[in-house]
Amino acid sequence: MADTIRVTLKLYATLGKYLPAELRRSNEAVLEVPASAVLGDLIGQFSVPPPSCFLVLVNGVFLPPSQRATATFVDGDVVAIWPPVAGG
Amino acid sequence: MAWQRKILRVDLTAGTCTSEPLNMEWAKIYLGQRGLATKYFVEEVAPSVEPMSPANKLIFATGPLTGTMASTGGRYSVITKGPLTGAIACSNSGGYWGAELKMAGWDMVIFEGRAASPVYLHIENDTATLHDASALWGKTTWDVEPALRKIHQDSQLKISSIGRAGENGVLYAAVINDLHRAAGRSGVGAVMGSKNLKAIAVRGTKGVAGVKDPKAFMKATQAAKAVLAGNAVTGEGLPKFGTQVLMNVINEVGAMPTRNFRDVQFEGAKDISAEAMHAPRESDGKANLVTNQACFGCTIACGRISKLDQTHYTVVNKPEYWGASGGLEYEAAWALGSANGVNDLEALTYANFVCNEDGFDPISFGATVGAVMELYQMGVLTKEQLGIEAPFGSAKALTYFAECTAKGEGFGPEIGLGSKRLTAKYGHPDLSMTVKGQEFPAYDPRGIQGMGLAYATSNRGACHLRGYTVASEVLGIPIKTDPLETEGKAGLVKAFQDATAVFDSAGICVFTSFAWTLADVAPQLDAACEGDWSLDNLNMVGERIWNMERQFNNAAGFTAKDDNLPKRLLTEAAKTGPAKGLVAGLDKMLPEYYAERGWDTEGRPTAATVERLGL
Repeated sequence: MADTIRVTLKLYATLGKYLPAELRRSNEAVLEVPASAVLGDLIGQFSVPPPSCFLVLVNGVFLPPSQRATATFVDGDVVAIWPPVAGG
Repeated sequence: MAWQRKILRVDLTAGTCTSEPLNMEWAKIYLGQRGLATKYFVEEVAPSVEPMSPANKLIFATGPLTGTMASTGGRYSVITKGPLTGAIACSNSGGYWGAELKMAGWDMVIFEGRAASPVYLHIENDTATLHDASALWGKTTWDVEPALRKIHQDSQLKISSIGRAGENGVLYAAVINDLHRAAGRSGVGAVMGSKNLKAIAVRGTKGVAGVKDPKAFMKATQAAKAVLAGNAVTGEGLPKFGTQVLMNVINEVGAMPTRNFRDVQFEGAKDISAEAMHAPRESDGKANLVTNQACFGCTIACGRISKLDQTHYTVVNKPEYWGASGGLEYEAAWALGSANGVNDLEALTYANFVCNEDGFDPISFGATVGAVMELYQMGVLTKEQLGIEAPFGSAKALTYFAECTAKGEGFGPEIGLGSKRLTAKYGHPDLSMTVKGQEFPAYDPRGIQGMGLAYATSNRGACHLRGYTVASEVLGIPIKTDPLETEGKAGLVKAFQDATAVFDSAGICVFTSFAWTLADVAPQLDAACEGDWSLDNLNMVGERIWNMERQFNNAAGFTAKDDNLPKRLLTEAAKTGPAKGLVAGLDKMLPEYYAERGWDTEGRPTAATVERLGL
């Protein structure tokens, strides 16, 4: 259907616990969502608290907080999310 | 002062140990550890010195906060001229050894000359003595630590030592303390080996007295610890996932150097990530990660402690590797894994154990194996030469090479040369992914442009710990910048480099900088020791240290042409991910960086810069 798209949602680090047990090893879920869906609609499916979503990458590119309430996705997008993390 | 005001000078040629006062005027100008020890080094050692000669010196140095109640105040650094690079080398380690040295009453140990036969240094508070180490030569660091505790009947001895790699002249040999903490980079362990110095065993019971204003110090350190505890990175992310949490992040942004930098994303990243270390193994139902671990005084505790699967091919019938030991940090997991296309988490963990056991840097080792595998794929190196088939992705080749390098057997000595010398020897120097002879860490400059400049200008060769702009470009600390953009990165790199020099000189861990700024460090230093530790002056101290190191390198023969990146990164565009089509834009950043630094077009600090910094 033209009005739905498939988006891969990846939840890493402490956010992985929000995924169903069978998906935690891969840290990802493939979602079929309306083309009008925004970030809140994706994470809402797994009850991820929005404030936990610090680093949000869409196909590897940073999605600024100012665009997260309005940016929509296209079919095949990969959305990866982390809480605040660092290393080195 | 949080100083003991005392240096131990060990003349290995003469076999003497003498005490001398710490230069307190220099301590006010160069702070401590990296900065202060480098000042001693450049004053005492000619820049032209041959790194493995008796004329080179080797300094073990603490900072003013080492051994105090400051969070992470357990650090020490090893300063020398590095054999891998020919540049100034300064490798930083945690664990418990640095604090023990300070509590024994010493701020710094300077080794000079070369012992006629293997020795170790034993320090028990004010008493320092050299002992015959013939029976320890040929032993691993894992053998040396219990052996010395038994010899001295002291279970609390803290020990820094070299393994067989340091003895055999592996040019990226490390100094290992507390079994798996390492002054890892640039070959400081090879210099130790060249001096016939096997170990330094320390017992200190004196504590660190003389804090300038104890009440203010307690208040400042408590406030700073609260900042670490309340920060999501240092209070939660690093303790639970360690630095390895970056594996999936960096892969996702397309900056994961893969198969000797031929690719920027690794299909096996998820298999060797922090998340994978937490997941139960299919073989035995247990996770690779056992627990986290803290160094002395640390309230972050990012260290990884792992146990291998006892049925894995690497350790079947080798119970000495079945216990819990230092697990994979991100850089090691990358270098042993992605850099070679290997996604076997247990094999990487085993190779990491071997690196700790025999004391060599997993970054330079893994990256050199990447070059070997590319030469094998090209047909330049053969199974007959290597002793094994070595295509990209071969875990068995990786672990075989780790064992050969540790023992100095087979092709190991060649891998121990590092990739610059090895690829040149076999006619393909462009395949060495190095700057100033040191192998890159785990961030591809095509996908994180600022890191290209940070690598090119790092005073100890390619390194992420001299200016970690990844924090800003990828992780948004302290502010988010665009990793694909070159504009503005010159100033960003300079700011990170100068601030890092302060953290490295204070006796604390640079990982505090994910939560702390220099404004959090300043009150701790101000309460600990005399001197002007205002924010402005700390920035000046960092810049002074950076320029002092640079002047040494310039005098050692390094010029602007050495502030460069491998041809591959400048001419072969990234094939996938957000950086697809991009090469490293070093030429756009370097002139601006020189201008920001107050250097001439040849990369030399101008007379005005030297005067301004009081050098």
